[in-house]
Amino acid sequence: MDKVGFFLCTGCGIGDAVDADELLKVARKEGKAVCAKAHDQLCSDEGIKLVRDEIAAQGLDAIAIAACSQREMTHVLRFPEVVTERVGVREMVAWTCKADDEDRQMLAEDYVKMYCVKAAKNTPPKRLEPEVIRSLLVIGGGVAGMNAALEAAASGYQVVLVEKSAQLGGLTALWHKRLPRGGGYARAEPNDIGALIATVEDNKAITVAKSTTVASIEGAPGAYDVKLEGAVAGTYKIGAIVLAVGATPYDAGKLTSLGYGATPDVMTGVEFEKLAKSGKLVRPSDGKAIESVLFVQCAGSRDTDHLPYCSTVCCAASIKQAGYVKEANPKARTYVLYKDVRTPGLMENFYREAQKGGTVFVKGTVKSVEKKNGAVQVVADDALSNDELQFEVDVVVLATGLEPATKDGASILNLAYRQGKEMPTRAHGFPNSHFICFPYETQRTGIYAAGTVRQPMDAAAASTDGIGAAMKAIQCVESASRGEAVHPRASDITWPDFFLSRCTQCKRCTDECPFGTLDEDEKGTPKPNPTRCRRCGVCMGACPERIISFANYSVDMVGSMIKSISVPEEFDEKPRVLCLICENDTLPAIDLAAQLRMEVSPWVRFIPLRCLGSMNLQWVNDALIKGIDGVMLIGCKFGDDYQCHFVKGSELCSVRLGKIQETLTRLMLEPERIKLQQFELGDAPKLPGIINEFVEKVVELGPNPNKGF
Amino acid sequence: MAADNEKCVLVVGGGIGGISAALEVAEAGHRAVIVEKTPSLGGRVAGMHKYFPKLCPPTCGLEINYRRIKANARVEVIVDADVVSLDGVPGDYNATVRIRPRMVNDKCTACNDCVAACPVERPNSHNYGLDSTKAIFLPQRLAFPMKYAIDTSVCPGASCAKCVDACKAGAIDLAMREQTRVLQASAIVWATGWKPYDASRIQNLGFGRIKNVVTNVMFERMAATDGPTGGRILRPSDGKEPKRVVFVQCAGSRDEEHLPYCSAVCCTASLKQACYVREMYPDSKVEIFYIDLRVSGTNEDFLRRVQSDASVAFNKGKVGQILEDAQTGNLTVVAENIEGCATRRVEADLVVLATGLVPEARDAATPSVIARDDYGFGVSDAKRAIEVVGCAREPSDVAASVRAATAAGIRGVQLGARR
Repeated sequence: MDKVGFFLCTGCGIGDAVDADELLKVARKEGKAVCAKAHDQLCSDEGIKLVRDEIAAQGLDAIAIAACSQREMTHVLRFPEVVTERVGVREMVAWTCKADDEDRQMLAEDYVKMYCVKAAKNTPPKRLEPEVIRSLLVIGGGVAGMNAALEAAASGYQVVLVEKSAQLGGLTALWHKRLPRGGGYARAEPNDIGALIATVEDNKAITVAKSTTVASIEGAPGAYDVKLEGAVAGTYKIGAIVLAVGATPYDAGKLTSLGYGATPDVMTGVEFEKLAKSGKLVRPSDGKAIESVLFVQCAGSRDTDHLPYCSTVCCAASIKQAGYVKEANPKARTYVLYKDVRTPGLMENFYREAQKGGTVFVKGTVKSVEKKNGAVQVVADDALSNDELQFEVDVVVLATGLEPATKDGASILNLAYRQGKEMPTRAHGFPNSHFICFPYETQRTGIYAAGTVRQPMDAAAASTDGIGAAMKAIQCVESASRGEAVHPRASDITWPDFFLSRCTQCKRCTDECPFGTLDEDEKGTPKPNPTRCRRCGVCMGACPERIISFANYSVDMVGSMIKSISVPEEFDEKPRVLCLICENDTLPAIDLAAQLRMEVSPWVRFIPLRCLGSMNLQWVNDALIKGIDGVMLIGCKFGDDYQCHFVKGSELCSVRLGKIQETLTRLMLEPERIKLQQFELGDAPKLPGIINEFVEKVVELGPNPNKGF
Repeated sequence: MAADNEKCVLVVGGGIGGISAALEVAEAGHRAVIVEKTPSLGGRVAGMHKYFPKLCPPTCGLEINYRRIKANARVEVIVDADVVSLDGVPGDYNATVRIRPRMVNDKCTACNDCVAACPVERPNSHNYGLDSTKAIFLPQRLAFPMKYAIDTSVCPGASCAKCVDACKAGAIDLAMREQTRVLQASAIVWATGWKPYDASRIQNLGFGRIKNVVTNVMFERMAATDGPTGGRILRPSDGKEPKRVVFVQCAGSRDEEHLPYCSAVCCTASLKQACYVREMYPDSKVEIFYIDLRVSGTNEDFLRRVQSDASVAFNKGKVGQILEDAQTGNLTVVAENIEGCATRRVEADLVVLATGLVPEARDAATPSVIARDDYGFGVSDAKRAIEVVGCAREPSDVAASVRAATAAGIRGVQLGARR
């Protein structure tokens, strides 16, 4: 931008902490601001008017505001007519700097220069408004998929519902009755799946493609080309995708230790449902009416030899099945052998009713199962008495668990993506979100998992989940149509611009994007897919040629901010430390520390980044060559329980820093001058201590010998 | 961009469910208004130290959500407010919203000058009374909106007015009056959340009588860096570091005299809290008394992790009584041990009661269009575009609440699309 104006708020203690007139001079001279004004409460009506008047009078196209944190007063310090950059001198200078006047003033002056140049290096982003296709592809015709399809259709979207098998209904269609979904949660409900299937099949906005699978998916949110194969072959234009392919019952053939396979009278819960549905609850071996049943819980689940997780629905399902037996014959004996009875929430009533109805629940584990004297004999350890228990029953029902249909990289989506054909999965093969607060987050923008494929859940939860995923899919298409990013940078209209004539086809950007945004041509040149992009800037950080930039965020911009920091030669008094911080978690932590008026070293200069993953090594180079004595990078935790909103930004930053050794050797610098710090917002009051400790370490190391060159 | 007179999705409750519902609606292109009873968004999760099973801070997600709100003109947040009437038909609801006077206006810069001037103290409700604030206070560190509020039940008002003089921004208006707004809504998302069961009603467990018996929600504050002890777990009677901590599951839940239902989250929450203790005090011992360990799905991995810690013991059995040594403040937990068919007596420095969830709407005035079950949980009615989500509908963890909230948002899209 050409005409940058600078505005300083002197309220909230800022005016007492700094020499405002000097700062305005710095803004005009070093910051090259065409105007610089101060006000004692910039967020007041009068203050806003001052800014507005100056914008008009000077014809400003960008402004830098030094006031409270960019996180505060966003409802008033809003000037959409110009590029606006804000720096929180209240938090980063007035409230946290207890140093003498000279150091504090130098700190404030650096921020004035850094943010004037930041505003100058900015360009107004151009909003992309691509044509989008308002249609969803829903893969999987179980309760999750059908609910997703119906609600999307009711939202004005066209839907293509793909089901691999010849029928809709998924696992739920196999059940005799359904688990309670309300009304006191006391009794199983009739299976009404047929009505739901009919509603879906009658809906004109839904193309039902049974006996059909997805051959390939090309493109990006708002504009996918989906090729189907099977009964309903063809190519469809699709806006976004719901992955609701469900789960499969665990293979009972692996449960021979529980007697499966030895006699037909040991069966799975699914097989028992079929029996109940047939209306004849008889022993498979000889057709005798069933008078006693033992339900064995966690048949495969909660077992590190089989499924290490809990399959969530089996306890309630066995209770429901015990009900079938009692209903047919109130005198029948029903036992449930369990580890823990897991009927959380209101489903507790269902458990209590079963207990009242005479089903006996025993905590224990199966030792042996055999067919003897015409009955099934089960020996179990009673966990409560440590005694051995013997059961002689007509039938044993194994409560087998659920495995996600995506396990072992099953071929489902067939994405024509550079980073692979399928959705990345997490623990145990579930393509679940890693984020508790953001359960629909995926690493493939525009594709949302729902139902039992995502995690074990009952049909009621899967129905809700399908609707939630449809909502996210619709939202993704609508956001794409406005040129906006989806979570977590929702509303961001910038996107990475590639200066491809200087691309060396090193493939780092296409490889590192956490969301599989970029594809490649034959030579390896990246092909941007803007609507897949989350705007985190990981590609920008990865690029060694520095050819990737955003209108308001670039290697040059941050580099220029670093270069504008004054580095005094007299180290003993004035070392300098650059802190590149995650704006999502570390910046608010600084604000919270400032709220507590905690002290931060006056030698530190903070620059917030979109994500630590956008850190380009050039910035560390710039800082060290300039004579800055230490560089700290503070971002989110990584590893299995990562907290980075862009999945692996901070981890990628760490990997990149591993490559800086060469630079350090060339500049004759110790590796301790660079530090990556993992940090979480909940620890905000600890942040100043962590930073100050690093500064002390840098002081011990002595000055960067490159000062003054 | 939404016009002011455009119909909104009315979201009642500004906890994680309500915030999520409103944002999902807004980011899909429709207008949403959150009506929150307290002075800040955040709800119960804002009082949590960490989430299970990742042990990550709730502020991390709240901050992202607040940023989404700040960036989105289609979301409006009304705090200090109650929905006093709600009627109409799907696509055309009328809600009367009464906004209590906060006595602090939008000019507040959260500079904290007022606090030094204020002479009145009050128990800090955010910290369940474990410490106090002044009558003018910041509702929580990561408050949204970032504005102070005055507790009018303790503030002497104009006769004092010391804060008014201290405020350079002119943000304090002790003459502020109650306001009423009428909102037109196409759909309703009812996300009024939960409150902890009143543990003092479980008389045998001694809460309220015995200082070192605390509830799980209090324990979250005791562990939180923005809590009353700055994140150091100290027992209330004498500030000592508790090295023997007992968790009592189903304190009220699964009990027909208290809450007949299971509160769904307490087992996993206690595992999480056991981790706080073990991490803070490596020489500590933890024991968990439970009926069933209800740690569903892949949270089983978390259970296995905690079980692998030899200093965390699990004991199936109900706690019958908690006795206090008046001299030392130490406790004896008397429990049945079902697995060993015996009574156990366990010495403890601190006992944490895993108290269950009660729907906030159980005891609160609730518009009749919101149907409720016997326990006070709301019942959704999709045909009427009324969706009850999160713990207002059933005991839910955070992810389940957000999923339900997201799904509920689709009513806004549907009714928006029709007009």
